[in-house]
Amino acid sequence: MVRTSASARKPSPWTVFRVSVTRDLAVAWRHLHEGTHPLLFFILTVSLFPLAAGPDPVFLRQLAPGILWIAALLSTLLVLDSLFRTEYEDGTLEQILTSAHPVVLIVLAKVAAHWILSALPLVAVSVFLGMMLNLPAHAYPAMVLSLLVGTPAMSLIGAIGAGLTVGLRRRGLLLALIVMPLYVPILIFGAHAVQSSIVQANWVSPLLLLGAILVLSLTLAPFALVAALKTSLH
Amino acid sequence: MAMRKPAQPTTSRSRAWRWFHRFGSPAYFYFFAGRWAPRFGHLAVAFFLAGLYFGLVVAPPDYQMGDSYRIIFIHVPSAWMSMFIYVVMAVSAGIGLVWRIKLSHAVARSCAPVGAAFTFCALVTGALWGKPTWGTYWIWDARLTSELVLLFLYVGYMALLAALDDWKTGSRAGAVLALVGLVNIPIIHYSVEWWNTLHQGATITKLGRPSIDIRMLVPLLIMFAAVNFYFLAAMLNRVRCELLDQERRTRWVQEVVNG
Amino acid sequence: MAEFFEMGGHGFFIWTSYAVTALVLLHGYLAPVLRRKNLIRQLGSPDRGPGTK
Repeated sequence: MVRTSASARKPSPWTVFRVSVTRDLAVAWRHLHEGTHPLLFFILTVSLFPLAAGPDPVFLRQLAPGILWIAALLSTLLVLDSLFRTEYEDGTLEQILTSAHPVVLIVLAKVAAHWILSALPLVAVSVFLGMMLNLPAHAYPAMVLSLLVGTPAMSLIGAIGAGLTVGLRRRGLLLALIVMPLYVPILIFGAHAVQSSIVQANWVSPLLLLGAILVLSLTLAPFALVAALKTSLH
Repeated sequence: MAMRKPAQPTTSRSRAWRWFHRFGSPAYFYFFAGRWAPRFGHLAVAFFLAGLYFGLVVAPPDYQMGDSYRIIFIHVPSAWMSMFIYVVMAVSAGIGLVWRIKLSHAVARSCAPVGAAFTFCALVTGALWGKPTWGTYWIWDARLTSELVLLFLYVGYMALLAALDDWKTGSRAGAVLALVGLVNIPIIHYSVEWWNTLHQGATITKLGRPSIDIRMLVPLLIMFAAVNFYFLAAMLNRVRCELLDQERRTRWVQEVVNG
Repeated sequence: MAEFFEMGGHGFFIWTSYAVTALVLLHGYLAPVLRRKNLIRQLGSPDRGPGTK
């Protein structure tokens, strides 16, 4: 098999993706204490609801899907701001956009790493929080799966917002403002999957719809994200 | 920008291209809008008055809802425009993004406040119609909930534009956001409808009736025309402001300002 | 005439709806008109800010 030197050096898309993800994870590992913030926020937020709405277990069970989902939404949303911030400030972002490797893959890898760090722990902890909200045992698969499918979609769409606002100095809650309306379908289907599971109705349909949204996000969001980053770097 | 005189006879294609170029020129558009915005404004007023007359005086009370149904003459056109304008805004912004046409960006930026205004009116009139009809000012039905999310989309777009100081960067970033919103809107509509049919609230079926009295249809159509003319008038006025602001150093603006 | 304003008891809702819409749309039309006039005045005044010839 004849291989030119150029093709021998060119890494496969999977390698590009894998290396980017592992690099981001390695960097985050050094700042692990910061990485626990979304998790702690998630636990705190969920805990505040019974304090505000009363401890009645029957009532909490009704609220549980909404509470868990909104808390997960906010937890992932509020850390999205840091997705590209360091890269923007030290100039790495420009290098990424002009890289010889497919930019779409690299940004997708960044979002993936971010999701692994910020959202995946939430999914794990949600099991215990479900207990706190009197979630029935048969609803746990639906809850875990809905979060597992929904949070990456939220990360992908939220990343677009992060890309649009990365150049701003005084951001405030702008990222949240522009991204939250876009989360509505994910929230509806995700929370409803859990709700249906609690009353032992069909929870697979909303989960599949959630999956469809995830697939759509995976295919379209990276391109929108690259466009967003390009506008921020003009 | 001088217009090239073609050496060969003008074909319809080159005429269309020249027309396109002319419209893309900010100066030409400024004066074009200056002539047409007031005309559209007068048309809007005329149609509004006609719609008011036919809707409030001529149309009879509804068999079920009495007189309160008359709110649909402004609620439905507002809701329609709120969605239509978003599409116009997103498409215009997209054209500006892809083909780098400044005027397209100006049009998109000008659409947003008008669209948001209509969304707000749709929500307020919807709430005021809800009270006599279902006894409550707010109801989480599919249409009002969708309108609410649409208002958030408009507000987010305008907030992003306001936060980015550079006009061009802001326009381009806004374009990405508007396009993402455009793709999302059908999904949002579908999910809200789905959500609504499960958590069963009352669904509005005002126009779901098999046939609508002609005396009710006429004012509705008149109002549709009125809001469209209004949109053109208001949007064109805003575009003129954007152009003056952005092109302030060009000669044509200096002439307008000093002349 | 009084019945016209009453609108079968729903007068408040109908007239408020029309009034709010009218005010919002009127403001939406007049605001850019005013802004344009202000802009022209601003740009034409001696102090035109930085960056002008």
